[in-house]
Amino acid sequence: MASLLEINDLHVTYRTAGGDLPAVRGVSLSIDAGESLGVAGESGCGKSTVASTVLRLQPKNAQVSGQVLVAGKDVLTMRWGHLRAVRWADASVIFQGALHSLNPVQRIGDQIGEPIRLHDSSVSKAEAATRVGQLLEQVGIPASRGRSYPHQLSGGQRQRIMIAMALACRPSLVVADEPTTALDVMVQAQVLGVLTDLVHELGLGLLLISHDLSVLGTTCDRVLVMYAGRVVEEGPAGRVFDDPHHPYSGALAASFPRVGDPAARFAPAGLPGDPPDPRSLPAGCTFHPRCRLQTAECQLSDPPLQIHGLSRPVACIHADGTNMKTAAEARQRRPDQPVELAAGTGSTPTRRGGRDEW
Amino acid sequence: MSAAVETALAGAQTPVDTPAGPNRATGWVWFGRKLLGSFATLMFMVVVNFFLFRVLNPHPERTLARGRATTPEQIAALTHKLGLDLPLPEQFLVYLKNLATGEFGISYQYSQPVSRLILDRLWPTVVLVGTSTILSIIIGLWLGTVSAWNRGHKFDSITTTSTITLYSMPEWWLGLILFTVFAVGIGPIPGLFPIGGLISPGISALSVQGFIDQAWHLVLPIVTLTLAYLAEYSLIMRSALLDEMGEDYLVTARAKGLRDVLVRRRHATRNAMLPVATLVSLNLGFIVSGAITIETVFSIPGLGLLTTDALRIPDIPMLQGTFFVFSAAVVIANLVANLLYGWLDPRVRV
Amino acid sequence: MSSASAGPDPAATSVALTARQVTWRRRRESASRTWAQFRRHRSGIVGLVLLVFFALVAIFAPLLADSSGLEVTKATGPVLAGPSSAYPVGTDENGRSVLTLLIWGSRVSLSVGLLATVISMVLGTVLGIASGHFGGRVGGLLFRLTEWFLVIPFLPVALVLATLLGPSLLTIAFVIGLTSWPGTALLIRAQTLSIEARPYMERARVLGAGNWHQMSRHVLPNVMPMVFANTTLTVAIAILSETTLSFLGLGDPSRTSWGTMLDHAFSNGAMTLGAWWFIFPPGICVVLVVLAFTLAGQALEELFNPRLRDR
Repeated sequence: MASLLEINDLHVTYRTAGGDLPAVRGVSLSIDAGESLGVAGESGCGKSTVASTVLRLQPKNAQVSGQVLVAGKDVLTMRWGHLRAVRWADASVIFQGALHSLNPVQRIGDQIGEPIRLHDSSVSKAEAATRVGQLLEQVGIPASRGRSYPHQLSGGQRQRIMIAMALACRPSLVVADEPTTALDVMVQAQVLGVLTDLVHELGLGLLLISHDLSVLGTTCDRVLVMYAGRVVEEGPAGRVFDDPHHPYSGALAASFPRVGDPAARFAPAGLPGDPPDPRSLPAGCTFHPRCRLQTAECQLSDPPLQIHGLSRPVACIHADGTNMKTAAEARQRRPDQPVELAAGTGSTPTRRGGRDEW
Repeated sequence: MSAAVETALAGAQTPVDTPAGPNRATGWVWFGRKLLGSFATLMFMVVVNFFLFRVLNPHPERTLARGRATTPEQIAALTHKLGLDLPLPEQFLVYLKNLATGEFGISYQYSQPVSRLILDRLWPTVVLVGTSTILSIIIGLWLGTVSAWNRGHKFDSITTTSTITLYSMPEWWLGLILFTVFAVGIGPIPGLFPIGGLISPGISALSVQGFIDQAWHLVLPIVTLTLAYLAEYSLIMRSALLDEMGEDYLVTARAKGLRDVLVRRRHATRNAMLPVATLVSLNLGFIVSGAITIETVFSIPGLGLLTTDALRIPDIPMLQGTFFVFSAAVVIANLVANLLYGWLDPRVRV
Repeated sequence: MSSASAGPDPAATSVALTARQVTWRRRRESASRTWAQFRRHRSGIVGLVLLVFFALVAIFAPLLADSSGLEVTKATGPVLAGPSSAYPVGTDENGRSVLTLLIWGSRVSLSVGLLATVISMVLGTVLGIASGHFGGRVGGLLFRLTEWFLVIPFLPVALVLATLLGPSLLTIAFVIGLTSWPGTALLIRAQTLSIEARPYMERARVLGAGNWHQMSRHVLPNVMPMVFANTTLTVAIAILSETTLSFLGLGDPSRTSWGTMLDHAFSNGAMTLGAWWFIFPPGICVVLVVLAFTLAGQALEELFNPRLRDR
């Protein structure tokens, strides 16, 4: 059986007034039925762009090449009619920022029910209303709230409405693009709980986009780490977080320290510098200007994603297992021992998260 | 400012408890407040109406007697007859009482009750303005919508250029042009439409033939006003929709698998209507201006022509009467626009 | 009224001077930046070119047409004659050259429009800032007042005022100014409210700045760009209003404006006589000037209002 979602060598370039902007440069991934895949990375690394191509929702100025197969069919080359039928029925999206992603002047019940009758005209109005009620109850909101407008709900409730809406047509795949970014930590946990419970219960495939590797580590089966439009590491979620092989994954993991881990308080967190400008990417490995392991060799060529004697693919020439000084290792050190890292990186505060991305 | 306004103001500004959440009562409180606000505005108009005429023109009896040989006794008699010998506050009370009973006084010009003259002349204006307003809203919103969705294309540039030109045009000049070209005829174009008036002589207004004849007389004025009004609706609708196009909820709608047509109709249009409703309610006075000037150009015996005729005398009670009717119409239309806004946008119903 | 300057201390003066120089340099820079952005607006440039053209015509009217051509008694041409080599735009009902009337009419139309705009902008800006700055009863009352004036139907009030005050150019400008300020006031009020919420206003208040200082030194400079853009749009409306009032016979009978020309054309039956040259040109001039102000104003509005910039 074909994968729920298979992306092959996806390239997306935005045409802007200031020149072409390559946002995604050759990403491949696949999700099987019932599997959840996380995509992590900083703002602007292209992870949301990848998500937008799943239902061909990328902006008009985006040039796309490659394949995006949903249930075996390429959405990028589909006819519009077919694409509309695939949208929401085969795969649905939970957008970030529910306040703006919900129509402010429509009752939420109507917004949830809209795709149901759109994709299956045999459903009567009453049946759709019942289904909307069930969906609301599923995400822990009383069915009577269906008559409310988005502005009358709290941020967490709105995000759960988005989840209910995504499940309306019983899709086999859900794409969640930073579903909890705008929420505070307590509500974040609650919404994530609702999402993962439902995904497991219904046996759905999930593509979860987040800048927070720790969230992905606890909710996903597998994780991709993206940097400057490419995948730099791929592997089982817990392993990537606990034992990152790519120096970037290491920095990302370290920027979300685990509560209760005393070592994490002393380990240098974060990463110096800013993500590169996609218009003028550094030569060689795009990460090398910020990398603590960089050598002259790093500037020669961009390393491909490959398995280096380790069990999972990593795009780094130093990832042969001998040279890795990851944050995970640093975490295991005693606090009194000096941390073996490049000078000047130690006190860099945690970098801003993905919040400014939308 | 008078006591009446102070009271009305206090009433309008009384804080009202508004419970949060979806509540039917909230809607009613909101409705009540809007109603009260409109009433306060109307009271303000009433006061303006009184003072405008009394303060700026403290001796209407002299204006009236102007150009005629009058003795001081005649003037005094006239002053008494018009109630102008009373102290100002008392005059105001009399004015209020008369207003409440629909009494605007006797026209200097026609020596008939102003209220009856107004009632006689009301319907041509209502037909003219009503038809043009409805037509212009429909056509204007449609033009604005289509040009926004085809932004930068030929249709858009033609529509935007013509609407902004129409917007820069005095509506009565457009009337003059249409009159010259289509009623009188210019060069090879023969005059198609009647040259002014509401009905041809010798036809009964109540017969079928009279009805058709009047409709035929109203074609050019209605076309003129419709063109004049629609420019603004079209321009606002276009920019409101362009504003709305970048919104995230439209991506959601597309993601659900809606056709573009449905995305526009169900989601974008209603949200874009909000700024349109606001601006329309602020520009209602413009509709009244149109009625006055177009009736003058096409000699249609409505309220507008009644007003411009009264200006020449000047027929003060008549002016006061028509001014009140125009103000009240604007206040009511404003209320309707506000209620419409509330119906469109649940967020303001608090 | 508190003020930061502390008398004739030489050091303080020199610092104040440099501060002023810095301010002016910053203003010059921002002005040149604005100009650079404005130049990219094609429609704005079209408007500007039209404006310059009409301004030059109005200023150099005496050179373009002899003012004696305006006097009815000295008119020598045929009555209501069509365009000819002697009268390129024909003649009016008194045998005057329509072209001469058009040229001199531009003076009246533009100056009344500008004067009315000044009145309207001063009223609108002062009341807008005041109603935004003062909270509570005063601000609320001013806001209500603005809303009420906004609802009053313009033309009936203007007609009545003009009738009662007697026909003159000043009356017309005054009437238009008095009836067109509320829109500006609401706009300025909204802008003031957003400025009042900024941290430096808090700082000014904490440092003991009085109301006058806050409004004149902090709020006013920040609303000025908005006022400027709105002024341009208001001139368009004022010129339209002047034309309408003159057309309805409330203009100064002794001064020719485009509106009074159309009034004469209308009352002398130019339409039924087919004298299109007496009807079309004055209206075209009005449309062009109003269009020019509207286009320039919209371009400015887009520059100063970031929300509109991406259109």
